[in-house]
Amino acid sequence: MDKFSVFSARLVDKTENFTSGHRACQGCAEALAVRHVMKALGRDTIVAMATGCMEIISSPLPLTSWKVPWIHNAFENPSAVISGVESGMKAMMRKGKLPYKKINYVAMGGDGATADIGMGQLSGALERGHDFLYVCYDNEAYMNTGIQRSSSTPYGASTTTSPAGKVSIGQHTQKKNMAQIAVAHNVPYVATACSSYPFDLMDKVKRGADTPGAAYINCLSVCPTGWRIPTEDAIKYGRLAVDCCIYPLYEVIGGQYKLSYKPYKKVPVTEYIKGQGRFRHLTDSDIAFIQGQVDREWEKILKLCGEGK
Amino acid sequence: MAKVRKGIEVSIAMSEAVAQANVDVIAAYPITPQTHIVEHLSEIVAEGHLDAEYVPVESEHSAMSVCCGSAAVGARTFTSTSSQGLALMSEIFTIAAAMRLPVVMALANRSLSSPLSIWNDHSDVMSVRDAGWIHVFVESGQESYDHVFTSFRIAEDPAVMLPVAINLDGFILTHMIEPIEYEDDETIRKYLPDVKMKNALHPDSPVSMGCFGMPEIYTEAQMHRQVGVVNSYGTIVKAWQEWGDLTGRYYRPVETYRTDDADYCIVTMGSYGETAMEVVDSLRGEGEKVGVIKLRLWRPFPFEDFRREALGKKTLIVVDRAISFGGPGGPVASELRSALYGVPGAPKIVNYVAGLAGRDVARVDFRNIILEGKAKAEKGDTDGFTLYGVRG
Repeated sequence: MDKFSVFSARLVDKTENFTSGHRACQGCAEALAVRHVMKALGRDTIVAMATGCMEIISSPLPLTSWKVPWIHNAFENPSAVISGVESGMKAMMRKGKLPYKKINYVAMGGDGATADIGMGQLSGALERGHDFLYVCYDNEAYMNTGIQRSSSTPYGASTTTSPAGKVSIGQHTQKKNMAQIAVAHNVPYVATACSSYPFDLMDKVKRGADTPGAAYINCLSVCPTGWRIPTEDAIKYGRLAVDCCIYPLYEVIGGQYKLSYKPYKKVPVTEYIKGQGRFRHLTDSDIAFIQGQVDREWEKILKLCGEGK
Repeated sequence: MAKVRKGIEVSIAMSEAVAQANVDVIAAYPITPQTHIVEHLSEIVAEGHLDAEYVPVESEHSAMSVCCGSAAVGARTFTSTSSQGLALMSEIFTIAAAMRLPVVMALANRSLSSPLSIWNDHSDVMSVRDAGWIHVFVESGQESYDHVFTSFRIAEDPAVMLPVAINLDGFILTHMIEPIEYEDDETIRKYLPDVKMKNALHPDSPVSMGCFGMPEIYTEAQMHRQVGVVNSYGTIVKAWQEWGDLTGRYYRPVETYRTDDADYCIVTMGSYGETAMEVVDSLRGEGEKVGVIKLRLWRPFPFEDFRREALGKKTLIVVDRAISFGGPGGPVASELRSALYGVPGAPKIVNYVAGLAGRDVARVDFRNIILEGKAKAEKGDTDGFTLYGVRG
């Protein structure tokens, strides 16, 4: 990824397909991710979006931030809606009802829409193999409704429905690994990304959209409001997540794993955890436990990517 | 081309109508419970008789979601469901109407669990009565076939843009072999040309669909829906008239049988109309001045047509196929009481709920309901409803 860092900013399309003036919180790294994803996709795109933060901040009637055709239907169903969009366009173009055009079909949702309520529908769409890209903006809880836990909330995080208390560490389950679940569907393209690494994110979005068949990208999207961090630190925490290896960046192309970024020096997980209000209650031994888990998972990913010892 | 008359299962005829309608996308979850409609459509597509995308989804919720996506890009879209499947998709069922997506559905009416039952009544459709769809009830195999074409014509009319549910009784119609007259493809193409939808999702003319509405705009959005459903009436009547002119089979929102000089009428919806007509014939032979009023259009409710037929009668005996638990009676009777409330000279209404979950309502039962209902009305016993044939 280093090789991109100097000149790739100049190569990025200056057109904004997700425009400013939306109502996202200050410092929202999810809105930033959407902006980058839409830059990578370009105008010949149809987006189906789940109910959630990005939907309500971008489409309050009579306004819209979307320069591309965009549809929101319900919380759990962007994968099924995009399946219908893709099928409808495919049939009409084949039958000559519409002239042929290469179009990117993209479904988007938060981690709740993806890993919880829309899980079955995503699985169905991946299995059927529609030509679409699913982007999960993973901010690790239901932030739109006030920071409730999802199955993508990490171990130890305090949320409004997994509060830390005298007899509870907060979220006591492990973060659901959606990228691995997507891989298990044998789809041709899966990747993890983070809006703190915009060129890597855009590169993956382009690759996912260009891949015939179903593609899945899990994009870690830092939420200062829900993670209880200063708004100016959103990018920093995304980088720390990757540098401490709690959120590795990788691609799985046709079943082959490829590491996108290997930190020069692996940062202790405590540096990622310490400044976040949602982890404030964790003791040193809790953090040591998390460090152990991170190390094990990182080794697994290294091995899968052929980067093991 | 000459018309073809076939003895065929109604579900199969309906799926062949869908193929003749040149549908682009069929999305269906063929279980809970299953009919042959989508099953046969998958064969039609697999054999290349219809060029369409058949999307075999993993649930009814997804079926309606896929339909929303394909209708939003302007593709002609069909699905079919019933009972539990309708209940599962009910969230998206409502959204499809609110987003003005012209999906057509064959709704094989069947009972809702529990106890688990797959047999026919109207408890499924009544649970989504207020979702904003156009609801039509058919009585026979021929009507099931015909209404596929008229429903697409109505749904896709730029002045309507609403989903249409063709309600047909599960088993009593769906699994019955009936003689059905087929129209040739040319007649269908003339009646139902391909429609280019305005504001369809396309990169050349981007629109945002399904936006978020604050309280400042939600009420107006609902008013827009209300006006849309009410105004669809004109298009519905016109579409049926034109179908009649082409085929000789005319349909009206409220239909009647031997009502001209009738003192009292039995009111039905769906396939019960045919049995009711037979019973009325035999009662007429005994000197009873009885007729049948059949509701074809359920939403938008044809208030004027109904009042025109009802006024001047002494009693209406309404046979419902669902219960509004703890409420005033069956949903149809409630509707009719409300339609006639305060109207001078309105007939009395006696309400029966019968034939739940496929319990057979034979001619003798209709006879009992009519004569008992007439006697009840004469005694002034018109409150609530009677659950016909209940034991214990």
